[in-house]
Amino acid sequence: MSKSVTDVICPFCGTLCDDLEVIVSDDGKKIEDIYNACAIGAEKFMHAQAPDRIKRPRMQQPDGSYKEVSYDEAVEYTARMLYNAKKPLMYGWSSTSCEAQSVGHEIAEKVGAIVDNTATVCHGTTLIAVQDVGIPSCTLGEIKNRADRIIFWGCNPCHAHPRHQSRYSVFPRGFFTNKGHMNRKVIVVDPRVTDTAKLADYHYQIEQGRDFELLSAFRVALRNEPLPETVAGIPREKIIEGAEVMKSGRFGIIFFGMGVTQSLSKNHNIDNAIMLTKDLNEFTKFSIMAMRGHYNVTGSGQVLGWQFGYPFSVDLSRGFARYNPGETSSNDLLRRGEVDAVFVLGSDPGAHFPISSVRKIAQLPSVCVDPHITPTSEISKLHVPVAFVGVEVGGNCYRMDNVPIEARKVVDPPEGVLTDVEFLTRVNARLDQLMGGK
Amino acid sequence: MAKLKLNLISGRTIQQGVAMEGGKEKDAYTKACGIIEMDPSDLKKLGIWKGTNVRVTSEWGSVVVKAVEATQGPHPGLAYIPMGPWANSVVNPRTYSTGMPTFKGVPIEVEPAMNEPVLSSVQLVQKKCRGEA
Repeated sequence: MSKSVTDVICPFCGTLCDDLEVIVSDDGKKIEDIYNACAIGAEKFMHAQAPDRIKRPRMQQPDGSYKEVSYDEAVEYTARMLYNAKKPLMYGWSSTSCEAQSVGHEIAEKVGAIVDNTATVCHGTTLIAVQDVGIPSCTLGEIKNRADRIIFWGCNPCHAHPRHQSRYSVFPRGFFTNKGHMNRKVIVVDPRVTDTAKLADYHYQIEQGRDFELLSAFRVALRNEPLPETVAGIPREKIIEGAEVMKSGRFGIIFFGMGVTQSLSKNHNIDNAIMLTKDLNEFTKFSIMAMRGHYNVTGSGQVLGWQFGYPFSVDLSRGFARYNPGETSSNDLLRRGEVDAVFVLGSDPGAHFPISSVRKIAQLPSVCVDPHITPTSEISKLHVPVAFVGVEVGGNCYRMDNVPIEARKVVDPPEGVLTDVEFLTRVNARLDQLMGGK
Repeated sequence: MAKLKLNLISGRTIQQGVAMEGGKEKDAYTKACGIIEMDPSDLKKLGIWKGTNVRVTSEWGSVVVKAVEATQGPHPGLAYIPMGPWANSVVNPRTYSTGMPTFKGVPIEVEPAMNEPVLSSVQLVQKKCRGEA
């Protein structure tokens, strides 16, 4: 007889859906089916069951092959690597719980490491902009119940946050939006005719990388000042029409993604988007929100924030917290060869960093803590498989609107596989022993 | 052989997400991300059929991927490689003091490479790290 676990949290994207239903076998060991999840979320739960899953740590041999080692040996290697390094980089933290992040930061403080999370290649520039000009934001619940002007700027939730539109932003019927998408006008700004753009009322097919110009043009249009004939490939009339649509709403929201954070101008794009939001508040209520990628990258920023005062790229190597993106950020450190060991947990820089940074990781003593086989695990000196957070172990996570949600455990991890927290706690204890002899 | 200059962006696709969670060492991940989405007019300019392997070269590197027709187009002049090690072999790693590499807006050159294989993610990264690819 199977049993159903309800209200399960999906540990994939920043939307952090909390309505999944998972059918598990009677002995609580096997996931049989998943309801309500998107294709990516369902795959994440099912992959935890894969028969070829790695269940013991593996150490790279001189010929490049991998040999199974015990968790004790893995703890010893990791602790010694961090202990011996002058300036280790501890990167990742976005696909794990806040509890694990906290233990990781304790280790980082002890060994004088640099702690950086995936915001560094995602919404890092957003965080810089927020420090510059602040951010008028809200929760996803407010958007569901109130928002009637939805702008997706440089983001494609149909692909990256598949249930975002149906749960919060476009389709749901809320308290003041009781006709669902009939109450809302959707504007998409993207250089491609994305699947999100296809369902929009207005699509601005902007010239790639001209976001700053178009944002400025909307601000000009709001002030009724003259505009050139076209800006960023968009005719003047369309810009004025868009500004009128934004002004005429009762509650608007700008969601933005990698299209603005990763194109040139970077944090200045976000600065301008936030200032557009501020300008719109002269006419109506407007908010802005970053479409965060990993399910707990927001949590990593929160935990780093309350412990050290900065949301990413925190350098603890001098015994106090420093923060200077461009200097203390992972890619700059790796490319300049400024770190001498790399510890990765809950992320895959091997696949998602430029190859010049990946080459540096492969040359250094390195540990990759990840349930999957990834390009990072296959170039690291040590790969430590762990239990999936949100599937095999619970923990606290933060949604993209900074709302904390407790992830639930659904099934037991395979026998003998440690969780992130257990592994980090053992490394921490071993470091205490090593440092006691200092 | 014809060469075509394009502007490259990268990002998520749902196929990339599903294949990534299914295992980055698997074929499905190569099929989802070892591709370049090009506008039909650009495929024509290059004189190739969709499904042909092409070599993508930028100032920062080079990689072989399969050219496919844009699913979210038209976008002439713009090319799209889903985020992953293939895109990251050619993206601009400069951060301009923000910490963020320039993943979007990379000038590239595309040329047909029918006889060259698309490597799997693990093979590609390992070979690049050893300086073999």
